[in-house]
Amino acid sequence: MSALLDTATVVLVSVGALLFLAGALGLLRFPDTLSRLHAISKADNLGLGLILLGLLPQSASIAGGLKLVCIWLLAQLSAATASQLLARAVHRDRTER
Amino acid sequence: MALFDLALVALLLMLALRVVVEPDERSAIITFLAFGLLLGLAWVRLAAPDVALTEIAIGGGVTGILLLRAEAALRGRGKQAEPATRTGKLAVAAGSAAISAGLGFAVLTFSTPAPTLAPAAAQALPATGLGNPVTAVLLAFRALDTLLEKVVVLLALIGVWSLAPDALWGGAPDLKPAAVPGPLAYLGRVLPPFGVVIGVYMFWVGADAPGGTFQAGTVLAAMWLLVMMAGLHPPPDTTRWLLRLVLAGGPILFLAIAFLGFAFADGFLAYPKALAKPLILAIEAALTLSVAAALAMLVAGPARKAPAR
Repeated sequence: MSALLDTATVVLVSVGALLFLAGALGLLRFPDTLSRLHAISKADNLGLGLILLGLLPQSASIAGGLKLVCIWLLAQLSAATASQLLARAVHRDRTER
Repeated sequence: MALFDLALVALLLMLALRVVVEPDERSAIITFLAFGLLLGLAWVRLAAPDVALTEIAIGGGVTGILLLRAEAALRGRGKQAEPATRTGKLAVAAGSAAISAGLGFAVLTFSTPAPTLAPAAAQALPATGLGNPVTAVLLAFRALDTLLEKVVVLLALIGVWSLAPDALWGGAPDLKPAAVPGPLAYLGRVLPPFGVVIGVYMFWVGADAPGGTFQAGTVLAAMWLLVMMAGLHPPPDTTRWLLRLVLAGGPILFLAIAFLGFAFADGFLAYPKALAKPLILAIEAALTLSVAAALAMLVAGPARKAPAR
């Protein structure tokens, strides 16, 4: 059982890290702010989600696992707000021009 | 892990260099924020989670927003010609290089094993009733440093407040943007309840695990700033007695208990043994609120509106 859980952890964390790498590449390579935002928000939501999901079986207690879930939810909330605000600023700059 | 540490050090050096040479102020500030986050990671690698939390909260969070607001306030005003001449700059560079070289030399010539008070601190830990040695050092063994530190934050706030024009003295700062975007107002409603719980938790857990007044105070300050920036509640007039009581309450309680040490314990800043932990927790609670109010007011800046009569 524990070997199975460990495998799940390794796979999920690796895929999450890969998503972060893809997001970082997009952030560096995409031409404009909106597509860069698109790239980084995918990495944030799904990458962090997968990494935390992978870490859940390793947490020693239920409280520890709940803390991980809370971290993910809070990161989701702040990332969603930040990208909305950034996108809004881009939109405003475009319409003013 | 050695590879990870080396990469971390290389990144830190690169970012530090970038902060200095970056000509655009805003990019330099954002690089500085990234530097603060990575420095926090470095402290984690050095097994100092308390320092890491403070570095990320103060170095990455509060300093960052202070600098960004200062940059936004200065943007668009014509830059003044640089007063420093080439020789002046060279002199500053040489002085900084000499200090860095001296520090490097001092670190490299440490005797091994390095002199340490850690065993003595760990041995005295049970007398304080605390489980976190960092909190014991901050509030029992070296309480004087902590007391002066919090007073310095208050002095900084007085400095910021005195930048207000005479007519606005005692008025409220202005944080709200001209139009509050919907998502910001939403975050301002949803996040503070969680943030307050997290802040209180960080203060409470600080007695036995990493956490403490500065970290908790920063989280609480961030929540208050969020509410003020989202326009949900206006910043208070700086003459409000409640605000001033919260600001000064922490250091005043700290000083009062310090002086009571003459009567009930071994002297200034000594706690009676049976009451050590409750007293430390009371001081920490008051200090957390003071730090939160002081940091939020520091970011809010000097008064921008005339005081309400």
